[in-house]
Amino acid sequence: MFSPFMINAWEASTIVAVVAGVVGFFTVLRGSSFAAHALPNGAFAGAAGASLVGASTILGLGVFSLLGAIGIASLGRRARHDVATALAIVLMLGLGSLFLSMTTQYAPEIFSLLFGEVLGVASNELAPTAAIGLVCVAAIAVLYRPLLLSSAAPDLAEARGIKGERIELAFLLVIALVTTMAVPVVGTLLIFSLLVGPAAAARCFTNKPLTAMGLSVVFALVTVWSAIALSYTSNLPIGFFVGAIGAVGYATGRSWTARRRLA
Amino acid sequence: MIVAGVGSAVIEPGFFSSAPVQVALVVGAIAAVVSGVVGIFTVVRGQSFAGHSLADIGTAGGSAAFLVGVNPLYGFVAMNLVAGGVMELIGIRRPRGRDVATGIVLGAALGFAALFLYFDTTSTSTTGATINVLFGSIFTLPSSIVPVIVVLSVLAIGMTCFLYRPLLLSSLSPDLAAARGVSLRFVGIGFLVSLALAVSLSAVTIGAILSTALLIGPAATALRFTKRTGSAIVAAAAIGVGATWLGILLSYDSYYWTPSHRGWPVSFFVVAVVFVVYLAADLFTGHRVTARRPTMRGAR
Repeated sequence: MFSPFMINAWEASTIVAVVAGVVGFFTVLRGSSFAAHALPNGAFAGAAGASLVGASTILGLGVFSLLGAIGIASLGRRARHDVATALAIVLMLGLGSLFLSMTTQYAPEIFSLLFGEVLGVASNELAPTAAIGLVCVAAIAVLYRPLLLSSAAPDLAEARGIKGERIELAFLLVIALVTTMAVPVVGTLLIFSLLVGPAAAARCFTNKPLTAMGLSVVFALVTVWSAIALSYTSNLPIGFFVGAIGAVGYATGRSWTARRRLA
Repeated sequence: MIVAGVGSAVIEPGFFSSAPVQVALVVGAIAAVVSGVVGIFTVVRGQSFAGHSLADIGTAGGSAAFLVGVNPLYGFVAMNLVAGGVMELIGIRRPRGRDVATGIVLGAALGFAALFLYFDTTSTSTTGATINVLFGSIFTLPSSIVPVIVVLSVLAIGMTCFLYRPLLLSSLSPDLAAARGVSLRFVGIGFLVSLALAVSLSAVTIGAILSTALLIGPAATALRFTKRTGSAIVAAAAIGVGATWLGILLSYDSYYWTPSHRGWPVSFFVVAVVFVVYLAADLFTGHRVTARRPTMRGAR
C-alpha cells in the first residue's frame, strides 16, 4: 500500500484534501454546493476540448472552469443563482459533448476524469497540484474576513461596503482554481464530494468558523486516506468510498446535533 | 407540405421519413413538455440543483439496473424516487440547508454510480455502457419506449396538476401556505415525486445534459416574460419543444456540413438554442426584471 507508485497517490490526495477542507467550509456556509458540482463537471468539457486541439488537460480545465465561474457570476446578477448555475453547466456540458463527438478514442479517459484515477497520479503532476493548492489557500486567507461576513450576514456585509457580487465572483474563481488543481488527479466526483461532505459534517459539531474549518480539513483527510486504503484493499473504485464516507459522516453529524438538542 | 416547400436547403433529404428521427421528435417533444410544466415550479421553488442532481443520481439506479439486466429506465425511476424522498427528509427549510442536503445525496449517489459502472464495465468490458447511461442518445431509442414514456409523463404532469394550488402557494409564500393549513412537507415530497419522474424520463431518453437544459432553460425564459403561472407553463413547454425540434433538425443537417460526414450531437444544438433564447429574453426584459427583483427574492 505504501510502495513507490502509491506515494504519489497519497501525496496528491493529501494536498487535495487540505485545500478541499478549507474551501469546502465556505462552500457549505454559502450554500454553493451547486457551483462546486457545476464547475468541476463542466470543466471536463475543457479537458475534452484541450485533447482535441492537442493542448494540455490542465490548461483546458483551467480555461473552462474560469470562464464557467465568470459566466455563473455574470448570469447570476440578473437571475437566481441556481438557475444561472444550471444554465452554465448545461452549456459547458453541451460543448463537451460536441468536443467528444469530434474525437474517437476518448471514452476511457472521460471515465477517469469523471470518477478519478488517483492511483495513477504521475510524479510530475504533484508540483502543479501543490502550487495551485497553495494559491487557493492563500486566496481564502486573504479573503477570510469579508468572505465570512458576506456568507454569514450578507446585509451587514453590504452595509460595511463589502460588495456581495464581487465576493461571489472571487469565491467562484477560487472554486475554479480548486477544480483545475483537483480534477486531473482525483476527478470531478471526488473533488465535489470532498468539498461538501467533510465541511457539512464539521459544521454540525461546532459553530466557531476556524474550528469548523480545521475540523473540515481533518474530516477530508480521514475521508480520503481511508478511501484510498479501502480502495487499495478491496479493488473497488475510490469514488464510491469517498461518497459513502461523506454521507455517513454527515448523517453522524446530523444525529449528533439532534441528540444534543434533545438533551 | 408548407414545411417541405421551405426547401431542402433548410431540411436535408430524408428527415421526416427516417424512423429514428420520428421517434426522436415525438419523445423529445414529450420530454420537453413535461420538463416545461415541472420546470416552472422547479425554478420558482429554487430547486434547480435538485432537478439537475436527479439526472445524475439516476445513473446510479440506471447502472444498477443495467447490471442485473433490467431496463435502465426502471432503475432510474426507482433511484430518483428514493433520492427525492431522502432530500426532502434531511433537507432543512432554508435554501442553504437544502443545497447541502442535495449535495450530500448527490455525492453518495455518484459514489454508488461509480461502483455499479465499475461492475458493469468489468462484467462486459466496455465503457460504452458508461457513456450511454451518462449521456443518453435520442437517435437510438426504440419506438417501443414511447408508451412507457407517455405513462410516466402523464403521471408527472398529473401529480403536478393535482398539487397545483397548494404547490403554487407554498412555493411563493411558505408561511401563508402553512397558515392556510397546507402541509409543506406533503407538498414538498409530492413535488419531488413529479420532479423525479420528469427527470428520469428525460434523462433516460435524451440524456442528463438535455434533461437539465430543458427543465431550467425554457422555464427561466418563460418567467422573464410572464409572472402568470398558467401562461408561463405553456410558454416553457412551447420553448422546450421548439428548441428540441430545432436541435434535432440541426443535428440531422450537420451530417452534411463537414466533408467527413460526422454529425454533431443533438445535446450541443438543443443546449445552444435554449441558451441563446434565454440570453435574448434576458437582454429584452433585463430592466423590467431588475426592477421586480424584490418580489423574486420574496419567492424564496
